[in-house]
Amino acid sequence: MREATVLDQLRAHIAQIEGKGVCHATTPFGIEAIDARLPGGGIAGGALHEVAGSPDLADDASATVFLAGILARMEGPVLWCLRWRDLFAPALHLAGLHPDRVIYVEAGSDTNVLLAMEECLRHAGIGGVVGEIGKYSTTASKRLQLAAEASGVPAFIFRRASKVAQAAEGTAAITRWRVTASPSEDLGIPSLGRPRWQLALERVRGGNPHAWIVEGCDATGRIGLPAALVDRPAAAGDSQIAA
Amino acid sequence: MPGMTVTKARMLAPELEVIDALPDADMDGLRRLALWAGQRYSPIVAPDAPDGLWIDITGCASLFGSETALLKDLHRRIAAFGVAVHIAVADTAGCAHAVARHVRDGRPVVIEPGQHRRAMELLPIPALRLEAEIVEGLRKLGFERVEQLLGAPRAPLAKRFGRSLHRRLDQAIGQVAEPIEPIFPEQMPRARRGFMEPIASPEAFAQVIGDLVADIVEQLVRAGRGGRRLDCYFHRVDGHCQVIRIGTATPSRDAGHLAKLLCAKIETVEPGLGIEAMTLLVSLMEAAAPRQGESLEQLGRRGPDLAALVDTLANRFGSRNLHRMAPCPSGMPERSATGAPALGEARGMGWDDDLPRPARMLAKPEPIEVIALLPDDAPRMFIWRGKRYRVTQGDGPERLHGEWWRDGGIEGRQPLSVRDYYQVETVSGGRYWLFRAGDGESAATGPMRWFIHGAFA
Repeated sequence: MREATVLDQLRAHIAQIEGKGVCHATTPFGIEAIDARLPGGGIAGGALHEVAGSPDLADDASATVFLAGILARMEGPVLWCLRWRDLFAPALHLAGLHPDRVIYVEAGSDTNVLLAMEECLRHAGIGGVVGEIGKYSTTASKRLQLAAEASGVPAFIFRRASKVAQAAEGTAAITRWRVTASPSEDLGIPSLGRPRWQLALERVRGGNPHAWIVEGCDATGRIGLPAALVDRPAAAGDSQIAA
Repeated sequence: MPGMTVTKARMLAPELEVIDALPDADMDGLRRLALWAGQRYSPIVAPDAPDGLWIDITGCASLFGSETALLKDLHRRIAAFGVAVHIAVADTAGCAHAVARHVRDGRPVVIEPGQHRRAMELLPIPALRLEAEIVEGLRKLGFERVEQLLGAPRAPLAKRFGRSLHRRLDQAIGQVAEPIEPIFPEQMPRARRGFMEPIASPEAFAQVIGDLVADIVEQLVRAGRGGRRLDCYFHRVDGHCQVIRIGTATPSRDAGHLAKLLCAKIETVEPGLGIEAMTLLVSLMEAAAPRQGESLEQLGRRGPDLAALVDTLANRFGSRNLHRMAPCPSGMPERSATGAPALGEARGMGWDDDLPRPARMLAKPEPIEVIALLPDDAPRMFIWRGKRYRVTQGDGPERLHGEWWRDGGIEGRQPLSVRDYYQVETVSGGRYWLFRAGDGESAATGPMRWFIHGAFA
């Protein structure tokens, strides 16, 4: 038997053991540099993802809009489980997530948020489930991951006010993101340009961590790469022609 | 005056108007009132002929906020029917009965938990629900208040007046249980199971609930209706009755779904020595046309069953904690988003796309210290929660005028109030929403103090 065939068979076997046999749809970011580093080329459906900001309110706000942007590009209703109400819905609308699509569950405590999430994840056909919590255990993350795999609904844990230095416990999440605010471009006039975030992929199953500077969500929930980065290859091409 | 003839009464008061008593109609009205109270206050309600109503409000007060609020609501609504009403709350039915009829306060009277014996001691003998001869006999013997009766030896009195005297006394002070047997509306679908042996395990309850729901669903299908609210009564061996109530957001006759909602609440039932019968009642139902494919559910793909999910979450966390947000026409940002039912029609409306709004908003704006140029420059620096933020860029102001037509709140006190909102970006890139109360020129528009109201992405 050829070596490549054996490897393929082994890979398929491992995937089956890991429960990746059922392939759920993925939602790409539409940015090659980011999608290439994610398994399946985007945010995988039927899996658990973790997003964190920082104890700084502005970073948590960035992470909120980052999540809203991902969910805006998915189909179906979104369940957003909160501990209490501090989310301001108009901002989600600005990121393309229409208010009719979002149902908020004010669960009151971390435990209740996890319970509510698990209940939501049992219902196939939902666009996504978000849970805002402070801390949760590895076991809880495994339960959520299994529930998400079974129904194909993407689950997002939003770790509120999570400290950057804090070593995160092992979780079953497929990807772990950290979004922090980053200085935006100076327009030279007393006004603000498009917000920028430092988007760190801290952990990804079957890949390496990486960080990017990205521009915040537009009205359809898409993030972008800053112009300076996008234009660089083109500029290099230009210089070649000039040479 | 009881016992007086009409002729004699007419002679004493010639303008007297005589109306025949209609006991049957009275009883009918009382039953209707009981059913109404059963819908609104507590599932366990029973008429107490000729003129009373029992309501077991155990555990129901939280729906109204507090016991006082529930009583106020009950008093107000019954009084609005044009009925004179006396309300009393106590640990035992007998005590509540006595206090309602013998303490005329005009307001609901609440006997604190554990105080019912003290309350009974002060009341006169007729408060004990005794037959007229017994009351008269006791009066002749010199008994006037319950206190005296409690202190007297029992055997001679029991010999003379029979057992009913002490039964009533013990019921009032809580020595003997006096369960309330709830009445059920006649036309509503109902199913009941009695057991040869009392049951007490959650598994057994779940099994019976499954059977009862199956019966109910059959009745609902035949009637072309769906249940909105279901009450499951657990009749205990000692005669007490407990109830679990579930609600659904849309009319439902999905047996699996309803059984699941009921089973989630089994843990609230205290079986005591055992449950000897269970009754399931649909206390609220609505028309629901049969859906195509109701029997073919396993075939083909179905959309997300949002109603089922919403019901499960609402029964677990309270329907108040489950909502969508919808735009509300208001100039003030904190009032521009309002809760909407989780399963309503899609409104299709959103907020204004052009106005920048923060993703995280503080419940109450917090005061900050600021260095800014008056009248309309964005701050250069601000201090919030003891931390210093240096501002690199800013945008604004977005001037919002207070809603002067409102009576309460800040606007009520200061009709000209103005808020100037600025978005600022700090050195680290964090964006915050700050505002100045006041337009920077006229003191009538606000105190010129600065606040932080939220953070942007």
